[in-house]
Amino acid sequence: MRVALALISCMLSLAGIYAMLGVHVVAVFQVLIYVGAVMVFMVYVIMLLDVRDPSFVRRYSRLLLPGIVLGALLAGALGISAIRLGAPVIQPGAGAAPSYLVQPFSVEFLREYWLHFELTSVLLVAAVVAAIAIIRSGRRSDG
Amino acid sequence: MADTQLLLGLSFVLFALGLVGVMVRRNALVMLMCMELMLNAVILALVTFSLETGTLSGAVLVFLIFVVAAAEIAIAIPIVLQLSRQRSSLDVEGYDRLQG
Repeated sequence: MRVALALISCMLSLAGIYAMLGVHVVAVFQVLIYVGAVMVFMVYVIMLLDVRDPSFVRRYSRLLLPGIVLGALLAGALGISAIRLGAPVIQPGAGAAPSYLVQPFSVEFLREYWLHFELTSVLLVAAVVAAIAIIRSGRRSDG
Repeated sequence: MADTQLLLGLSFVLFALGLVGVMVRRNALVMLMCMELMLNAVILALVTFSLETGTLSGAVLVFLIFVVAAAEIAIAIPIVLQLSRQRSSLDVEGYDRLQG
């Protein structure tokens, strides 16, 4: 539960960063989809499941030390590459060609990328069918 | 006013934290949430690059990532629920018979 709350606060902070950068569409999507749908789903599942599960007590797997070392190495390597990149400065809304406000973005999005938009609906339908299939196969194996 | 380096560094740190979480934790739900953290880091990097190059396609890709994340969660949560019902545990080290 603490992980979920920490993740929600992290996503809300990221949404704040997007809003400050002027990418309002992404900020709105972040709050609506991630915090509003995905994390609420997650919190429901956490409430459904048993908290006295052994994996809540013995939290870490055998990979604890190599995992941390590998993560630190990855963060260090990526950080060095970011430092080498130089530091161009983003100025939100400073006369750049595309506008990330909701209305211009939507118009541009549906004009240029309408095929992708339709394909995402196909993907979502496939996901829904797959979820239903998983649940039905589970019921069949139960009884 | 924002620094590309800072944003990219934040994105890298988030990604590494998510990766460490997936590798280190035993709880399947916590691993799922760490995957979401990695997706968030990728979205932050995409937005940063999209702002830097001034193109719209980065934001479109972010929209696609949102859809994929929603679909992933919609499929992953029933799988985790079925697994936890069969094994009566959320411990991934107990899931040693996943074939068939």
